[in-house]
Amino acid sequence: MSGTTATDPDPDPDPAEALRTAAADGVDFDGLEATRHDDGFHLAVPDASYDDLSASAFLDATRGHEAYVENWFFWHQHAPQDDASWAFLRWIERPDDPVPERCERLADGTTREWGQLLVEARTDEGGQRRYDLRHVDDADADVATLSVHTDPTDARRIRKTDGNGRYRPLSTAPTLARGWIFDDLDPTALVRAVEGFYPATIQNWHRERAGDLDVAHWHETISRQTGIYGVVQTWDRGEGHDHVNWVAEACCADSQCLKRREWEYDEETPLNVPGGDGVFPCREPCSLVIATARRWTRMEAEQARTYEFDLTPSEKAQIEAIIDAVADGRTDEIREADTSDGANRYRARYLRAKRFDDAGNLCGVPTENDEAE
Amino acid sequence: MSEALLIVAHGSHLNPQSSTPAQDHADALRASGRFDEIREAYWKEEPSFRNALRTVTADEVYVVPLFVSEGYFTEQVIPRELRLDFEAADWDSDGTSADHTTLEPTDVDKRVHYCGPVGTHDAMTDVIVRRAETVTSNDDVGAGVGLAVVGHGTKRNENSAKAIQYHADRIRDRDRFDEVRALFMDEDPEVDDVTDHFESDDVVVVPLFIADGYHTQEDIPEDMGLTDDGRGGYEVPTRIDGHDIWYAGAIGTEPLMADVVLERAADAGADVDAPETPGDGAIDSARADGD
Ligand code: SF4
Repeated sequence: MSGTTATDPDPDPDPAEALRTAAADGVDFDGLEATRHDDGFHLAVPDASYDDLSASAFLDATRGHEAYVENWFFWHQHAPQDDASWAFLRWIERPDDPVPERCERLADGTTREWGQLLVEARTDEGGQRRYDLRHVDDADADVATLSVHTDPTDARRIRKTDGNGRYRPLSTAPTLARGWIFDDLDPTALVRAVEGFYPATIQNWHRERAGDLDVAHWHETISRQTGIYGVVQTWDRGEGHDHVNWVAEACCADSQCLKRREWEYDEETPLNVPGGDGVFPCREPCSLVIATARRWTRMEAEQARTYEFDLTPSEKAQIEAIIDAVADGRTDEIREADTSDGANRYRARYLRAKRFDDAGNLCGVPTENDEAE
Repeated sequence: MSEALLIVAHGSHLNPQSSTPAQDHADALRASGRFDEIREAYWKEEPSFRNALRTVTADEVYVVPLFVSEGYFTEQVIPRELRLDFEAADWDSDGTSADHTTLEPTDVDKRVHYCGPVGTHDAMTDVIVRRAETVTSNDDVGAGVGLAVVGHGTKRNENSAKAIQYHADRIRDRDRFDEVRALFMDEDPEVDDVTDHFESDDVVVVPLFIADGYHTQEDIPEDMGLTDDGRGGYEVPTRIDGHDIWYAGAIGTEPLMADVVLERAADAGADVDAPETPGDGAIDSARADGD
């Protein structure tokens, strides 16, 4: 803040001087007022008001109200000025609280969660905000145990694989790897890093808050598809939308994706499954859902047929347990010797040994049964 | 007026390497400071094409498709998903000559300069030659050497073959390599019989694909007989039928590709010189932020 001169442009002006300049256009922000009239300057904060100030008296009057001045200065000189980034950074520090309270909280560091991200905002000397970003589950981790990043563009590479090194095609799947921290970011860099982990979420969250999220519902989205995905259009047969409920339940539940699904079957026809509690919205079926729907479209063109299997009650229950375990991503957690769990590997192998024929048919019943055609 | 570069690429739900070239070229261009803002978007990854333009701050956006040829993606999918009112005729292309056109997307208040794909830009010819140099570790490679430029064939896209042929012709005209051939995966002349098409002892094979994946790492190496199972890798060079085959892998991973992206944007009017505006703190600080 030192070494400022009266000449413009000043890359790092004094906050009080900057406020005095801005007073010509009028300032009314977070409880701070500054205006310029024929008789001089006016300055006010919630518990004090000054009128008819000379230019130098204006600067004197700001003393004691640095928290307000520096708060205004940060939001108008340092924070990125595009609407969505600005709104997101404001949201992080809960801007409804009075400035002195907020400043105290920021001095200690204040946190917000965004999907599996944990943002910590704090102020340094002069009211500038700095941010740390890490995995929510690393909230209490010793920074020395985390890999430290400063380039926000690293985020889009970190998000590519989960903790086991497996590729994550859906950035908002709740499988973000732990073990990293973005340390001491400026506001612009914080926004970039968050967008690197969860692309376009800040923009769409902001649009939603402003009441202009452009939701594209299922039917509209699949109607737009061409090429190999054009076939999905044939899945909507005007016979209800159970199939779309099943898609949403399979792919979009909070256990699978942290976006809050805002799209429905169409404008008039809501789905019967919850959209989730995520903080940021999903505005249309994503490419993963469309690609998966293509497979289901082809499978669902088949007619159901009757098969006859002889299974013990335990075996039937076991098949259900195996499907549940896979669907809930639980297979890794089943203990080696826990044979009480139907999806235990030994149990599954025994069932296969007993009930599959050499061609892998359950109970020797062929999948294709020509007589049933 | 700030300008942004948006690199649009295919991406994949299965192969994490698919988006690596777009990411690497974006990072290289970011480091060079030629653009205020650089973003990527993907058909199969995120941000999606549909959400891409709203992630851009600048008002002027240069959209460069990281695709090898003109066709379904550049003419239909990308403009539709970016919400551009675009007709393939706007490019007035013969299949390899798409340049750029300026359009207004319907979901954001910006101007989009929609460029032809990197694969058909003239500068791509240099990238293929560079690839031959790097795979052979010889900056003067050419004399006594054959070069095969490999693509899909017309089964998928008629223009795919045109792009391959176009660059093969341009390289042949330079009289640098003894022989230059365009070969294809699913039509004649086929890459399977690569040695049938060359007399030179050494043959450099450069596949015109953006990303390494099944086609470049398994299909083509196995078809040529470099290996029985591409997942285990292959030797460079591999000796086949008395020829040394120098197989280069996907051209899209070549660092020089970043220059082709830049040239596409420059052709469309982007100011891509390293900016020299003293006192313009905005550009400097944006660049310092790695933006
Ligand atoms: S469509 Fe479903 S799975 Fe895809 S991003 Fe939206 S909520 Fe998530």
